[in-house]
Amino acid sequence: MACAASTDRVGQFDLDAPWQLDAQVRVRPEAFGALLYHFGTRQLSFLKSPALLAVVRSLGAQPSARAACAAAGVPSGDLMHYARALQALAASQMIRKREAA
Amino acid sequence: MSAGPLPLVEQFQRGLAAPICLTWELTYACNLSCVHCLSSSGRRDPRELTTAECRAVIDELQRMQVFYVNIGGGEPTVRPDFWDLVDYATGHEVGVKFSTNGVKITPDIARRLAGRDYVDVQISLDGATPEVNDAVRGRGSYAVALRAMRNLAGAGFAGFKISVVMTRHNVGQLEELKAIADGFGAQLRITRLRPSGRGADVWDELHLAPGQQRELYDWLVAHGTDVLTGDSFFHLSGYGGALPGLNLCGAGRVVCLIDPVGDVYACPFAIHPSFLAGNVRDPGGLAGVWRRSELFRDLRRPQAGGACESCSAYGSCRGGCMAAKFFTGLPLDGPDPECVKGHGERALAAAAAAPRPAPDHSHRAAPYRAAERRPVPLTLLARPPVTACNADPLAGFLPGGLSPP
Repeated sequence: MACAASTDRVGQFDLDAPWQLDAQVRVRPEAFGALLYHFGTRQLSFLKSPALLAVVRSLGAQPSARAACAAAGVPSGDLMHYARALQALAASQMIRKREAA
Repeated sequence: MSAGPLPLVEQFQRGLAAPICLTWELTYACNLSCVHCLSSSGRRDPRELTTAECRAVIDELQRMQVFYVNIGGGEPTVRPDFWDLVDYATGHEVGVKFSTNGVKITPDIARRLAGRDYVDVQISLDGATPEVNDAVRGRGSYAVALRAMRNLAGAGFAGFKISVVMTRHNVGQLEELKAIADGFGAQLRITRLRPSGRGADVWDELHLAPGQQRELYDWLVAHGTDVLTGDSFFHLSGYGGALPGLNLCGAGRVVCLIDPVGDVYACPFAIHPSFLAGNVRDPGGLAGVWRRSELFRDLRRPQAGGACESCSAYGSCRGGCMAAKFFTGLPLDGPDPECVKGHGERALAAAAAAPRPAPDHSHRAAPYRAAERRPVPLTLLARPPVTACNADPLAGFLPGGLSPP
């Protein structure tokens, strides 16, 4: 039941790259945000805000993570918090870079 | 993750949309009679869910996005439809970890399991030596478990779990148990003995002495996340820093149990009418029970810490395990019977009579340990007689082909 998200390598997240949820990840909405489960790594992660859930859900449809944050209404001053959260999700393979269209 | 309005633990205490840690006991039938069995298993219950009903539960788990279940029993692998149900679950986005004593883990089955994604196996072992293990789990059970482990490792099944219930007699074997797991490329999982089921009968003689609790806590701190615990030792957090994992009672909030007849209980350690929330056969199914049962709604309300609230450790231990309190006759808003501050022992001295665990599906014959204590009048009836009406699918079962450990 451990939260899989690791916080190492924070600050290296590439906000301008296109990202997507890993195909083996499922998202379960919860009152506080969402629960993510990766069927490959068998790890759970918790998204602790509905705004972060909105960002994660729109990653695959947006040209970059930065655009996904903007589309979810993330204030620019909060962007680094979101980058840190997304980096943790990338480190635990919940999201990954996709080939640019 | 980003800052949320409330810590995750607080969110969990209010309950999730669906369980994240669901235990499903598929049958009360078991070839063993472990003295501490949480579910007092032994004999199959004729009302157990049919294959079709089990599939319907799996369909519902998929709809509720319960991503994995912990399957147990009884001994779940003795159900003739067990392997089909595992395949059905993993084919419907419900991963499976199942607990077994290893009786059915043949080389063929081990190879089949090694080829499956989303299936994890947990072999129960309650001692690093046959003497310590078999005193709790029954004669020959150590050999059966080790054979299963050899079969899994031989089939290339990496990272299976070896699950140990901590007792007074095996806590000193932690290093040896870890070595067994390491030797198989397996992962050690240790959990707390509970006074639930037949565990109520052996609690006094098997639960850890206070000094042993401290040793276990230090060992867990030293081994961090190398060892799985099912987050079951959060009552020890009062010794110092919180242990890895969820330090809270998840009963009815993030955890529940489905028993073999479909009854839904607040947690696997609370098989008693007081913690019965409903049945998967009810019109609203499991989702209806999870969302609407009065018991679960009560558990998700802010809980009073009672006598514990003024204690400095309450923030980390949160009063300990609901089931451990209940089955030792302690009030639910008081200290855990194994409170590291010693409040449990004092409370026990004044406790009411403990409620009896129920239901009971134990084999009618005396369990191994009880039998061992008496003189054996004859050796001819070492096994219980098999009767034609025996509902136990293992009637007449004889473990065959066991190789020595």
